[in-house]
Amino acid sequence: MSDENKHNEHDSDEPEHNPTDQQAINNKHYSIGIDLGTTHCVLSYADITDPDADEITQEVLQIPQLTAPGVIEDKAQLPSFLYQAHEAEINDGETALPWTAKPDYLVGEIARNLGTKTPIRLVSSAKSWLCHTGVDCKSAILPNEAPEEIERVSPFQASSAYLEHLCSAWNKQHPEAPIQDQEITLTVPASFDPAARKLTAEAAQKAGLNNAILLEEPQAALYSWIEKSEGDWRNHANVGDIILVIDIGGGTTDLSLIAVTEEDGTLGLTRIAVGDHILLGGDNMDLALAYTLKAKLEQEGGKRLEGWQIQALTHACRAAKESILSNDEADNIPIVVPNRGSSLIGGTLRTELNRDEVNTVLLQGFLPEVASNEQPVSRARTGLRTAGLPYAQDAAITRHLASFLTRQLNAIDEFNDISLPENASFIHPTAVLFNGGVLKAPRFADRLMNVINSWLSAEQAPDARLLTGLDLDLAVARGASYYGYVRKGKGVRIKGGTAASYYVGVESAMPAVPGMSPEIQALCIAPFGMEEATEVELPNDEFGVIVGEPVRFRFFGSKTRREDKVGTRLDYWSSDELEELDEIEITLPEENRKAGEVIPVHLSVAVTEIGTLALQAISNQDDNRWKIEFDVRSGEE
Amino acid sequence: MNTSQYKINLELFPTTFDAIHAYLAATVFGLALTVIILLFAMLIVLMQRSKSGPQVDTANKEQLISAQIPKLQPEVKVVEKIVEVEKIVEVEKIVELPAPKPIVLKESTPDAALQLISLLQKEARFIDFIKEDVNAYSDADIGAAARVVHTGCNKVIKEHFSLATVRNEEEGSRITLTEGFNAAEVRLTGNIVGKAPFTGTLVHKGWQVTEIKLPKLTEGHNAKIIVAAEVEL
Repeated sequence: MSDENKHNEHDSDEPEHNPTDQQAINNKHYSIGIDLGTTHCVLSYADITDPDADEITQEVLQIPQLTAPGVIEDKAQLPSFLYQAHEAEINDGETALPWTAKPDYLVGEIARNLGTKTPIRLVSSAKSWLCHTGVDCKSAILPNEAPEEIERVSPFQASSAYLEHLCSAWNKQHPEAPIQDQEITLTVPASFDPAARKLTAEAAQKAGLNNAILLEEPQAALYSWIEKSEGDWRNHANVGDIILVIDIGGGTTDLSLIAVTEEDGTLGLTRIAVGDHILLGGDNMDLALAYTLKAKLEQEGGKRLEGWQIQALTHACRAAKESILSNDEADNIPIVVPNRGSSLIGGTLRTELNRDEVNTVLLQGFLPEVASNEQPVSRARTGLRTAGLPYAQDAAITRHLASFLTRQLNAIDEFNDISLPENASFIHPTAVLFNGGVLKAPRFADRLMNVINSWLSAEQAPDARLLTGLDLDLAVARGASYYGYVRKGKGVRIKGGTAASYYVGVESAMPAVPGMSPEIQALCIAPFGMEEATEVELPNDEFGVIVGEPVRFRFFGSKTRREDKVGTRLDYWSSDELEELDEIEITLPEENRKAGEVIPVHLSVAVTEIGTLALQAISNQDDNRWKIEFDVRSGEE
Repeated sequence: MNTSQYKINLELFPTTFDAIHAYLAATVFGLALTVIILLFAMLIVLMQRSKSGPQVDTANKEQLISAQIPKLQPEVKVVEKIVEVEKIVEVEKIVELPAPKPIVLKESTPDAALQLISLLQKEARFIDFIKEDVNAYSDADIGAAARVVHTGCNKVIKEHFSLATVRNEEEGSRITLTEGFNAAEVRLTGNIVGKAPFTGTLVHKGWQVTEIKLPKLTEGHNAKIIVAAEVEL
């Protein structure tokens, strides 16, 4: 712990490094869980004042938001959209909210509604941009296809705006318990890299949530399942279980594996693996159906459909999809796109969505029956990647899943009480937990279970069980607020630490070959599963840093290399083992030093209390410490 | 025929009225007379007192006044009788207290109605549909539009109102209403005779709104604009 103390001496101004004061948690009135989703935000809360309570009662905050100019409604979900209205678009005073006469940005339902008709002014999927390596998330880049004159915001600002709206809504309804003084848990995708986690924590700080703890969404879903079972979960989970959490949201798919082990005679949970960030979700499915119907309509009518008609089609397809997938009776769902003008009956477009189309487009397209050894199809990326979000190239979720399970075959090597059969070619999940709105449709859930079980039976493994009882829309927020209660020492806590091991690229001592870039080695600076509130140093790996000049390192993460220890140098690695992340940067300030002076430093890596990674350079001369920035392209704040 | 009879009746009224009026006029005249006498008596008393005020020194006049006062007392008793009349006025006041009940009508705020129309228009194109001449279109066209209206209305009702049935029994079943049932919740029809308990067939199970959640409006928002005109640039 001496390391930790030293660490705090130098960084006491950073709120995220403050040690968690158990006393402070005990004084907090509410545990608040915030699901900062790609398409929706939800805030759930629970009263945690009673120290002896074995159960908690959870509630979901009704969030007042504008739905149209001048109209405010309370809704459980805040759509994660931001709209940059033109000054002539809305009258003065028509954007008032219960806590402000004029908010800085229009967020929520009104943003989504206005954006459907004016997409050039709509900011959406800000969260996915946070995890997009190759762009500066603090520079004003969204909406990314907007004309010059439209004021842009950064993905960071947009995320912060959603959080600020939630905070104001809370404070308005709970003036006696300001949100800043409560126990806050903020969820992030398990696949978020360190830079994206750091940005999320900073966005929370900007909104006034200085000590928001980060929690991975699939873990939050499992917490919600545990909470909902009211203690009965131990009867549904056994030692040796491997729980696969599949979270298909509006815009992203997130995968995690959680092992059930025995600890001191009771059940313990450890998150053993997380998947890649897959930009593929329910919205893609609605769009796919809409384009199928568009083709059908254009063939029948011989007329090209306009943009607004496709919008309306997408909207209608969402509802039709849900009723076909949840109802065996309905084989044909009529789809109607009304005219935009006041004449409703005349210009209406009519078509039908039938079961076959849904089966071909959605089940075959997104959940095809593939073999467990299949890989997602990927085309070579073109040189310029900054133009848009790196959407998944293969829409087949089952292929992404197969690839994930195959890559994580060795994820349970360190557990004695879990073993796989000799012939296993992928990690065998024994239980499955679904989350996300898409999987509310029974047909989808059944299909996914059938595919997983077909892989298992091909290797003579028993079928996986489906863990039920989750509210798929609100589970993440509910699980997050339950986590605040778990942090008080109640109930079971999922262990896991970092979801990857991290490396910096260092030039190897090989002689330089003309025309070739120097060979690099990957130096492991943080091992897999590094726990929160721990720190490691690499005193033997010295770097010379020139005062006043930025030094950049290539930065890598691996979700599969579990055995690498701090200080391990890799000479060779395969491309799917190590994933290159945004570069990291150190700049030594010129205080008390001459510019140009070379200072020998070594690196230190800490996982903070709130769950972010903190890198530092430590001077070998006088133990001075400097922060290493993740998001090097972000420049000055 | 009815109207002519009615007219005759109208003409007949004045004769009866005249008799009543004559009677009333006499009563009024009598009462007025009593009041005038009383006022006159009170005036005399006051004048006597004002005269006696400054002339306290003359003992004779004092005696006169003291003699006059007992004389006046019977007249004061008459006043007491009028107080009895005032009691009748008090009775009238008690009658007046419940009287405003039928006068006070709940004024519906137009904003809530406008909001509902606006929601129905936004989600269900309600006004567009109602304003259209349905005779000009085929049933198939109207059916397609009706889907939009139905889906939208359903959404509005679902989001803003919590609905419950008034009676949970199946329609068509026999139910018994005990004494003291709420006539606003259950409407009796048909052969309404006798006393509770009433037994009859449940024709309609009834609907009631258990919760209503209408959007709030910002100050200065013109709710009369149900849907703004749209201009695409």
